[in-house]
Amino acid sequence: MSSTERAAAGTADYLDQRTGVASAVKGFARKIFPDHWSFLLGEIALYSFVVLLISGVFLTMFFVPSMGLMEYEGPIASMNGQLMSEAFASTLDLSFEVPGGLLMRQIHHWSALLFMAAIVTHMMRVFFTGAFRKPRELNWMVGFILMILGLAAGFTGYSLPDDVLSGNGLRITDGVVKSIPLVGSYMSYMIFGGEFPGEHIIPRLFTLHILVVPALILALIGLHLLFVVLHKHTQYPGGGRTDKNVVGFPLFPVYVAKAGGFFFIVFGVLALMGGTMAINNVWNYGPYDPSPVSAGAQPDWYMLFLEGSLRLMPGQTEFVIAGYTLSLNVLIPAVVVPGLLFTFLAVYPFLEAAVTKDKREHHVLDRPRNVPVRTGLGVAFLAEFILLALAGSNDLIATHFDLSLNAITWVFRVGFFVLPVIAFWVTKRICLGLQRKDRELVLHGHETGRIVRFANGEYIEVHKPISDEERWLRVNYDAHRPLEIEPREDSRGVRRKGFRKDQALQALSRFFYEDRVEPVTPAELAAAHSHGDHDSLGSAEDSESALAIAGAPRDAAPAPDQQSDDHGHMS
Amino acid sequence: MKALAARRHHRATPVVLLLLALLVTGGVYAALASSPASADTTMSDDIETGDKLFQANCATCHGPDAEGTESAPSLIGVGAASVDFQVGTGRMPMQANGPQALEKPVQMTAEQTRQLAAFVASLGAGPAIPTAEQVDPTLGDASNGAAVFRTNCAMCHNAVGAGGALSEGKFAPALWDVTPTHIYEAMATGPQSMPVFNDATLTPEEKRDVIAYLVEQREGSAGGLDLGSLGPVSEGLWVWIVGIGALIGCSVWIGAKSS
Repeated sequence: MSSTERAAAGTADYLDQRTGVASAVKGFARKIFPDHWSFLLGEIALYSFVVLLISGVFLTMFFVPSMGLMEYEGPIASMNGQLMSEAFASTLDLSFEVPGGLLMRQIHHWSALLFMAAIVTHMMRVFFTGAFRKPRELNWMVGFILMILGLAAGFTGYSLPDDVLSGNGLRITDGVVKSIPLVGSYMSYMIFGGEFPGEHIIPRLFTLHILVVPALILALIGLHLLFVVLHKHTQYPGGGRTDKNVVGFPLFPVYVAKAGGFFFIVFGVLALMGGTMAINNVWNYGPYDPSPVSAGAQPDWYMLFLEGSLRLMPGQTEFVIAGYTLSLNVLIPAVVVPGLLFTFLAVYPFLEAAVTKDKREHHVLDRPRNVPVRTGLGVAFLAEFILLALAGSNDLIATHFDLSLNAITWVFRVGFFVLPVIAFWVTKRICLGLQRKDRELVLHGHETGRIVRFANGEYIEVHKPISDEERWLRVNYDAHRPLEIEPREDSRGVRRKGFRKDQALQALSRFFYEDRVEPVTPAELAAAHSHGDHDSLGSAEDSESALAIAGAPRDAAPAPDQQSDDHGHMS
Repeated sequence: MKALAARRHHRATPVVLLLLALLVTGGVYAALASSPASADTTMSDDIETGDKLFQANCATCHGPDAEGTESAPSLIGVGAASVDFQVGTGRMPMQANGPQALEKPVQMTAEQTRQLAAFVASLGAGPAIPTAEQVDPTLGDASNGAAVFRTNCAMCHNAVGAGGALSEGKFAPALWDVTPTHIYEAMATGPQSMPVFNDATLTPEEKRDVIAYLVEQREGSAGGLDLGSLGPVSEGLWVWIVGIGALIGCSVWIGAKSS
């Protein structure tokens, strides 16, 4: 044993005797994680948050959160001699006079954009694969709150430099708060400590940005990861993967190396972006003054949907009732629309559980095609979000594609109502189509393109049977059916309590599961293999015999010996 | 010399001196006044040629007397600066109707542009073409220019002059490649949808400050690639393309090395 090994062993022993850490380390090191690139999306978010903390601490050393006015003297010619807040001046100083300051600021801002982008991408993966199902609904909520906190962190940080652009954002915030009926103007006074912009908002946002929000994010990240350990990681469907096992590699050494290395990749990409791509040049916008608004005044991308929502809303919806203004033109786009979008995200797992009445635990992910309505709703949501973000960039679309701003706005106004419906319908149809294709493949095998003519003149195409793994992937899912509810009246003719609620739930359940493609059952497979003339079997969607067996779809995975049945090669 | 001194008091002396003085004055006047006289002829030549150019290229829309028609405004009193801007940037003569006259390859030579400007200037008093000193960015104060630009120009042209959209397909163009003279003239004459910033609104010194600020922006961004100087939208686009794009690429790579 070398001296370093002895030292390491000694240290480990010292720690273990005092903390009992060895069993935990052993447990973690042997913990199995499934492998898939999409499981790294959440890690991108985690690592960009770490980069945010590191670069943020650096910036805090030099930033002065004060709205006190001063005259700037420094290396930026276009700002020399101008009156500005200390917050803005210190942003200029830390960018141009602190060595490495501009790099740190740019890394910080790019990390913030990447943090939100990674959260959204990670959320999409979780949504479309159904990873939010029992037992992970609470972790979905934690993730949802983390996303909201990410927005809050981004918003409070974006406003700190006190430049014209961020001031415009605060002015919109002020308008949105004031549009809330009855309490709006009082809330605005409370937030800004008087009439906008006042002298308090920067220090207040600073406290939120460097203390409250990051502390909450850190705590919830801890909870988020704790849940992952408790629930174990989900895995994609595939040969041998069930709800009762985890197929993958141990944390040590494989994932320790992968995850550790990935941190440096994320840090490296962010450092490259911070080093080569300018972001938020506040000296271009100038110190905040409530009068100017420049063309192309937009928030960071994750708030762009709100900007778009405001831009699309017709202005005629402001009413004065008995001397009080009701600004529906601000209230609807800036409070109601995001409220609906976020509520959908927050409650979706619970909604799906209610219409499915599925109380089992799920650790194998869904293929998006196998839950057509969920996939359709997700794509519709994304379509709406992207449309609103584009509407928030309508001026840039107009200048870069030589279009009329007014025409774009009208197209988006119509699209706001129409596009999600089309996106939903098209996605659902594609999913059902893919499912039918899977059925076809399981029943008939791969087409080979080889045509054989029999002596009697009949032509057939030779089909190649699919492998066990391929079949497992395609039959091992649940095709949920609409809920069946108790009748309106019980046996004695008394009207049942809660019938209305059940009825509504059933209607929703029909919307989810009316159209479905059942997985191939062993009986169907056997039938397809035994008589070549299986066209007479019909589709399982309306086949009663299929419904009778489909009660246990998890058993549908065929036994390996069925593969050797060579009758099914030809159809 | 003595002879001259002797005749100093001759009675014809005053007459001779007067004649001499007249001769010298006349000669000097003739010598000195000849150049303005010839300039006058050039000027009138310019106006004449400009008139011909105008009739050939502009009168269809602006009318033979430049008094304007239903489709184009009167040019009386718009000044030489307006012609130099519109023709010098290729916006005029206009080739197609649209939300606004577009910048295109210049149709007239510098000489023709000058002649047209002289003609239009002769129709009525208007802003003149600025001198080189009036538009010299090195003489301007970029800091004051930034403040003036922020309050007067940035709402259409973007904070650093990258351009922006107006209603119904109109737009405020990017200012990256516009010459200082044309920037000055645009402020003085207010082409298309742009308001006029006359010398009472923005003094010539303030106009030069704005030019100094805009020219300074062309030096690029301290932080690296400026991504079009379009603000958060282009930054957001690039974080998805470069940031998420590269990292998903790396994720797939890491995921693929599992077995």
